[in-house]
Formats: sequence, structure tokens, C-alpha cells
Amino acid sequence: MTDVKLPVLAEGVNKATVAYWHKSVGDAVKEGEDLVELVTDKATFNMPSPASGVLKEVLISEGAEVSVGQLLARIE
Amino acid sequence: MIIDLGLTDYEQAYRAQLEFVARRKLGEIEDTLLITEHNPVFTIGRTGSKESLLVDEKVLAQKGIKVLSVDRGGDITFHGPGQLVAYPIIDLKASLCDLHRYLRYLEEAVILFLKRYSVAAGRITGKTGVWVQGRKIASLGIGASGWVTYHGLSININVDLSFFAMIYPCGMKSVETISLNRILGKNVAMDEAKRIFVAYFQKVFNLGDICYRDRRKTQVA
Repeated sequence: MTDVKLPVLAEGVNKATVAYWHKSVGDAVKEGEDLVELVTDKATFNMPSPASGVLKEVLISEGAEVSVGQLLARIE
Repeated sequence: MIIDLGLTDYEQAYRAQLEFVARRKLGEIEDTLLITEHNPVFTIGRTGSKESLLVDEKVLAQKGIKVLSVDRGGDITFHGPGQLVAYPIIDLKASLCDLHRYLRYLEEAVILFLKRYSVAAGRITGKTGVWVQGRKIASLGIGASGWVTYHGLSININVDLSFFAMIYPCGMKSVETISLNRILGKNVAMDEAKRIFVAYFQKVFNLGDICYRDRRKTQVA
């Protein structure tokens, strides 16, 4: 099981908004593939999947705000 | 590498960006700067909505002007001929993993470019973009896939500013836009503006030797 957590996107920025999930629960994902789109100020960041496997759980829905280090999803 | 795409439709340049991002991620190409001018188009970023559009979309459609929702940061903006649009495809991992600092670097390149035309421009804290006496001359909105960037910035050179009256630029009701030709009182040669901007961009981002490839009159993607 691999935890997907919000990385630091910019210095001094500890929050971002989940804009779009490229994958749904149950989908196969490949390491390095765009998994979730995060937004901060005038920037969007397509976070690559940290592992290959199946997206087991999505904990944050689109439109919600998350903090750095917070769990976004789990891949198995 | 610097590539001038010439006059493009927004979608055409967007497809080119994705292609370059994919190749950059595979390590097939070095950091690249795409330069273009767009046919008239309104684009709405991830944090915007059509509420910032003040004209009927049907009226725009009759003029062949599209309103597109796009995957960059920010709200609504306008692109059209006479505007210098720059889409850097840069792997930030190699230098800085910081999206906001990257935005500040883009602003720096624009500020240096304008200084060359004796125009004093600057930043306003909390309002990403480049401003001249409180009026917006350049808009920024970026995307990244992993740490490889796309989307970018647009600088109003000789662009028809009346299009900006059709929107709340960046979703802000009180924003006034300005262009370089309006400030200088005369039109600015686009080719020269592109060359000067590219030079300052290189300086800020340290992209190595300029390999200026002009793709105008050739098909992209």
C-alpha cells in the first residue's frame, strides 16, 4: 500500500485545492502518470502517481482544500 | 531551445505544449520556450468561471471567437494578435521545485523586457502578473505535469485592449489592462519584441545558447 500525500508545491505555501482526479477508485495507475491536479494561486500541478498499482481509496474530493503532508489517496 | 510557432489557434498551441511536455519528461528534449501569438480567444483557468465573461457567448461565436475552459491556474483572460504569448516547457526539478518562485521568475523576465523599452513595471503582492502604474500589462497562469511546466504568460504589446472590456480580467472587477504600444504611443515591432523577450528569458532561466527556430508558415502538430 502506498500513501499519496500532498507535496510542498512552493515555499511558504502549506495548502492547495484538489481540482481534478485523473483516475477513479479501482483504476489501474502507473508510476509517474498524472494522478491528481492540484491548484495553488495561478499554478496547477499534476501530481504524478508515486507507484504503480490500483487506486484503492480517494480521501479528498474535487474542490476541497488540503494541507501539505495530508493523505490524498492510497494505491495498492 | 526557442521555437516561434507564429500565429496559432489556442488549441493548436495547447496540443504542441502537451507534445513537448511528454518529450521533456522522457528526456528527449531540453528545456524549451514556445513563443506564439493567438487568434482571438477567451480562456478560463481552473479558479475561474463564466461569470467573469461580460458578453454573450453567442455574440462571440458569431465572430468566431471561442471561450475555452483550460487546465492552467487562474481565472479568465483574453489572447489575440499583438500579444506575445510564451509557453515555457521547463523541468523545474533540475533547478527549483517551487511553483510560486517560478511565477516570480516569469514576472522578472517580463519586468526586464519592459525596462528595455524604458517602461518601469513591477509586481503587486498577492496579484500575480506584471503591472505598470496599477494597470496590468502581463498575465500569468501556469500548469505543471510532475515538475515540467506548460502554459505560461502573455504580454500585451499591440493587442486590441477593447477585448479586455468584455471580461473581468483574472476575475478581478477593478483591473484595468494596458499595452506596451499604448504606453509608448506607437506600435512596437513584434519580431523585435520577441527577440528581446527571449534574450531576457534566457538570462533569467539560464537556458543555455539560443537556438531560435522559426516555425511560422510551417505546420505544427
